Amino acid sequence: MRSMFTRLGAAAAAAGALLPTVALAAAVEGAVQKQTTNYEAIIMFAIFVIATLGITYWAARRTKSAKDFYAAGGGITGFQNGLAIAGDYMSAASFLGIAGLVYSSGFDGLIYSVGWLVGWPLILFLIAERLRNLGKYTFADVASYRFQQTPIRTLAACGSLATVTFYLIAQMVGAGKLIQLLFGMDYLWAVVIVGVLMIAYVTFGGMLATTWVQIIKAVLLLSGASFMAIMILAKFGFSPEALFKRATEVHANGITIMQPGALVTDPISAISLGMALMFGTAGLPHILMRFFTVADAKEARKSVFYATGFIGYFYILTFTIGFGAIVLILAPDASGAYPFLDAAKVAAAGGKVTPAMIIGGTNMAAIHTAHAVGGNLFYGFISAVAFATILAVVAGLTLAGASAVSHDLYASVFAKGRVSERDEIRVSKITTVVIGIISIFLGVAFENQNVAFMVGLAFAIAASANFPILLMSMFWKRMTTRGAVMGGWIGLISAVVMLVLGPTVWKSVLGNPAAIIPYDNPGLFSITLAFLGIWFFSITDNSQTAKEEQRAFDAQYIRSQTGLGAEGASAH
Amino acid sequence: MQANAQKILNNPKFQELIAKRSAFAWTLSVIMLVIYFGFILLVAFGKEFLGTPIGSGVTTWGVPIGVFTIVSAFILTGIYVRRANGEFDELNRQILEESK
Repeated sequence: MRSMFTRLGAAAAAAGALLPTVALAAAVEGAVQKQTTNYEAIIMFAIFVIATLGITYWAARRTKSAKDFYAAGGGITGFQNGLAIAGDYMSAASFLGIAGLVYSSGFDGLIYSVGWLVGWPLILFLIAERLRNLGKYTFADVASYRFQQTPIRTLAACGSLATVTFYLIAQMVGAGKLIQLLFGMDYLWAVVIVGVLMIAYVTFGGMLATTWVQIIKAVLLLSGASFMAIMILAKFGFSPEALFKRATEVHANGITIMQPGALVTDPISAISLGMALMFGTAGLPHILMRFFTVADAKEARKSVFYATGFIGYFYILTFTIGFGAIVLILAPDASGAYPFLDAAKVAAAGGKVTPAMIIGGTNMAAIHTAHAVGGNLFYGFISAVAFATILAVVAGLTLAGASAVSHDLYASVFAKGRVSERDEIRVSKITTVVIGIISIFLGVAFENQNVAFMVGLAFAIAASANFPILLMSMFWKRMTTRGAVMGGWIGLISAVVMLVLGPTVWKSVLGNPAAIIPYDNPGLFSITLAFLGIWFFSITDNSQTAKEEQRAFDAQYIRSQTGLGAEGASAH
Repeated sequence: MQANAQKILNNPKFQELIAKRSAFAWTLSVIMLVIYFGFILLVAFGKEFLGTPIGSGVTTWGVPIGVFTIVSAFILTGIYVRRANGEFDELNRQILEESK
């Protein structure tokens, strides 16, 4: 028994070192080979684009006020918003990345999925309704509610823009690679198409179009993944045990795929990663914005309930699909061939197959499985859904970035609130175009870089800068502007510095022999530092404004708890 | 607004709402954290247990425990929403009504 676990440990350690970055990665890493043109996928993607542009046209006619543009008029229902939130969360990374993780390491993929999900109940219990009751368009509205606008909004906007930029780079590069692989299209074209479409959705249709694009994609992705899971289970008489048994027979690691490997090696890394995932989710500006699109706290709560259900269901599907990939890809077909494995590698290994021999890398496991269960047409469908997924996520990110610039920086910091709605929306639209063009350039610039760590960076910044000031502004009466600003910057800077000095960037990206900080994820430390900073610089703040800010807490508290004076839905 | 605010603060129903709702929210949060970190600690220190097959099959204990963690997140949110959108919102409505 002991020796088996040692071997397992050694085998999984090699894969385990890469796990956090793999599952956080956009989709496809390194140089990929352009495939033959996939017409089914292109036609289905074209249908998606035409349908979503139609929705954008419809949304544009209904988007007049700032509230329409930023918050879809506050008229989205809890169920719709739950789907949209789930859509924002079910990125190509979680679909392809986690299915690929299960395909190569089995059970470990489940550990990862769980970490992504458990933040949601906490968001519901502690944040959702207060956020909805206090906010208007951006999370900075809440964070700066009783404080000096300029410093807090500047900090929140920087936190948002940093999060959005790193997330966008990862998505753009992932999109380019994925489309090259799936559609047989040029990288440059893929990146330009994503950039142009996201500009169109956001500038013309605002939050309403962005939300509906997200809802459609979530429904397509959930239906496609459900179909795959059902087809896989049907092959085994709907017995998961039979599926697992077959998987352990064909997988090179045998029975060990049913056991935890080296994903979690020491508790510090585990807790640090868990904290970054949990609190990072609660600090992502494009997710937080969604709470302002519903009518009231009641609908906000329902959104989280539905979102948690959809995301949890999706992860269970992904786990099944990953095991389906093992039995469909790693077992020979009727003629004794392995259609989804690299024939040269299989021949070189003398017919002994391993998951790594898969064509296009392990992140392609779900896509090949789609091919195996549903033929060319379904393969095209899943490829189109993967493209649509990236598109919907970048549209949400772009809107969040544009709002940080127009609503927080331009309207509140630069114009001190003396600005017309028209001007604010105009600035937002210009910013959207600028962000779109910049992301096309960044996508091209980072084409051959390893960008997997950037999603980790986005989560770390969201968890260490955005989340602490947001939470403390709602929960802690004694927080002052000085405390929030100092704590927020400490969190932001320490997260970035520790990530750069850690193994992923210092060793893997920059090529130094050893990392200065041994932890991949700075969450545990940078989040703690941010909270300590907020605490220390608030309690030592004896200024007059600090006293006024503390006095203003009661009114804020009543509004956050009861919704008295909260933003309603606009009349349509 | 200011007069309303004072009325609400002095309303015993408001104190009741806050006390009940936060106790409920924190209890559920702690349950979620215990389940999640319990699972993570099992992964870190109880690998042998999670890797033990159930009965004579290949399905290990880790699979139902992992799926349970996912399902528990959904159930806990359901429990919260049910009570918050019913009992607590009714109390909240009364408080707002009485503050006018």
